[in-house]
Amino acid sequence: MTEITRPKEGFLNVFAYRTISRDEYFVRGHRACQGCGPALGLRLIMKEAGPNTIVVNATGCMEIISSPYPYTAWNVPWIHVAFENAAAVASGLEAALKAMRKKGKLPADEKTNIIVFGGDGGTADIGLQALSGALIRGHKLLYVCYDNEAYMNTGVQGSSATPFGASTTTTPAGKVSFGQGYWKKNLVAIAAAHNIPYTATACPSYPLDLMRKVRKALDADGPTFLHMFSVCPTGWGTPPELTIRLGRLAAETGVFPLYEIDHGKYKMTLNQPEGLRPIEDYLRVQKRFRHLKEPEIEVIRKRVKEEYERLRKLEAFTQEA
Amino acid sequence: MEVSLAIAEAARQADVDVVSAYPITPQTHIVERLAQMVADGDLKASFITVESEHTAMSAAIGASMPGARVFTSTSSQGLALMNEIVFLAASMRVPVVMALANRSLSGPISIWNDHSDIMSVRDVGWVSLFANNGQEAYDLTLMAFRIGEDPRVMLPVMISFDGFILTHMIEPIYIFDDAEIEGFIPPYNPQFKADPKTPMTFGPVGVPEIYTEAHKQQDAALRGSREVIDEVFADFEKRFGRRYNAVETYMTDDADVVLLSQGSVFETTQLSVDELRKEGKKVGAVELRMWRPFPFADLQAALKNAKVVVVLDRAVSFGGQAGPLMSEVRSALYPMKDAPPVIGGIAGLAGRDIMMEHYREFFDMGYRYLETGKEPEVITIVGLRQ
Repeated sequence: MTEITRPKEGFLNVFAYRTISRDEYFVRGHRACQGCGPALGLRLIMKEAGPNTIVVNATGCMEIISSPYPYTAWNVPWIHVAFENAAAVASGLEAALKAMRKKGKLPADEKTNIIVFGGDGGTADIGLQALSGALIRGHKLLYVCYDNEAYMNTGVQGSSATPFGASTTTTPAGKVSFGQGYWKKNLVAIAAAHNIPYTATACPSYPLDLMRKVRKALDADGPTFLHMFSVCPTGWGTPPELTIRLGRLAAETGVFPLYEIDHGKYKMTLNQPEGLRPIEDYLRVQKRFRHLKEPEIEVIRKRVKEEYERLRKLEAFTQEA
Repeated sequence: MEVSLAIAEAARQADVDVVSAYPITPQTHIVERLAQMVADGDLKASFITVESEHTAMSAAIGASMPGARVFTSTSSQGLALMNEIVFLAASMRVPVVMALANRSLSGPISIWNDHSDIMSVRDVGWVSLFANNGQEAYDLTLMAFRIGEDPRVMLPVMISFDGFILTHMIEPIYIFDDAEIEGFIPPYNPQFKADPKTPMTFGPVGVPEIYTEAHKQQDAALRGSREVIDEVFADFEKRFGRRYNAVETYMTDDADVVLLSQGSVFETTQLSVDELRKEGKKVGAVELRMWRPFPFADLQAALKNAKVVVVLDRAVSFGGQAGPLMSEVRSALYPMKDAPPVIGGIAGLAGRDIMMEHYREFFDMGYRYLETGKEPEVITIVGLRQ
């Protein structure tokens, strides 16, 4: 296995993490796999959101593991209807709260967070239309896509968020195929194209950064979108204890750059003065990439660098303007 | 007044909090009017311009969760697209009211009226009622809120009324003054709602240990809604003088041949009964207004004197026994002692007019059966061009 060294700011984050609220709204006892990245993210997001929150969950891992009747892991109102419609359900919920406040059925100054959780399949594929509708209509809600880069709940089938070259059960590497043959869908760009006030990428491996972005999103005046990189040991073929490190490696190699778009202004949120780490550090520890040969790795290396540079340019351009 | 506008008026008078609807012919006039009411401040509601019917129903469920009163409307392909979520509205026990302007399902694509859309959602678990004219569509829409929101019911309600034939018809409709219906629909305050003060989990995973029981409960709720519907019908009659029944009858007491139908054709059926009665033929007409919960006892009582029942279906069950209505009626009468035979035909698909000669043909089918004892061909279509 490749030697993985912790970056210095990692220690800072680990200590600062102890200052986070001890209240839990996504509580223990749920049935997530060991080392589940999404579950970790949900816990942190809910800590930041607090009790005055209603959660709408798309069908998927987080829905299944948190609500096998008669158990629930949710300490806030939680609504699950179907797979592709979480953003639609949340739209109705938000519209209803707004109408009820206007009509005096709820206190006029009442403020309730609405947070939607959908996986990458439920967001980038089947739920994209409902998401687009919710964003463009301007419902005040935070949509979090917990992206573990395949349909993990049904057994690791490829989605449009599965990265180039990854082997899944429906994009398997074989004698004549190297796995997923196209580049991962750029969800943040799609969300941002709706001219919403705040969009960001985040990862539970950077808890304070994640929670800061959640706070910013919840305080924004309008719909917001968070693309949360979520390590899935079961689906990726990685040791559960490497979940946090893998999230950091994804950010450090530029595979999943951490940035935000605040009212049109791009900002890289991970300070990387030494530049990007070699891509192999990230790829080689995962079973889903283990079959990749140099030609495919070169494609990824080049594209990751280009995308990263593009973001840096957008940052420079929009911060200046 | 155009019937669509009357239905919109009923939703306004019910003071709905959220309207969530997507445009589809022939339902559009209803939601256009509601949007205008919201724009003019006559209706204090959120009007969600959803991007599909699937979202229309999803948003309707979401809006119901904190306790808002929700109205939606659709037709045909719209209902087919939202089908998945129509089931969920019932199982999540949200009393959404949906005005369904009946229209044929594609293909070929057709915007005109028949009952193929409503028949595709027979088993969704909603209270499902038919209106025969504009007044009924208005009355039943008002009643739908009270029925669905009753704590003993807590189920969505759909009101079917024929697309174009009713939606675009201008006819005299008595619209109540707002003061007149004061108190008829009590405020909606559900026992369980999405409120951060009382965190609850809605829509959990139905593990095998619980799914069966959940379905049993859902059936009990729909079956039990009958009592509430009867109460609401009775209170409506007491207040406003119009009587509604689960099964409507016309000259059935001494009728040998009874023609059974649903929706606006029931009115024309009555005219055809008048015509044939003039010729001395003992015929009658029955309408199955209440589609779900199915009124078994009422239907058996209404048809007990008939020598033969002829069912006029407005949808095809491809490769099946007959139209879906006839299949249902035949099986509903099966347990009856001395049940009358049930035969039937299909007419009026995709807006094809059912003329007096066609009604005559339906009654003739009944008489032919009485003479020969032979059933008509399976899937007999009356008015089919050869």
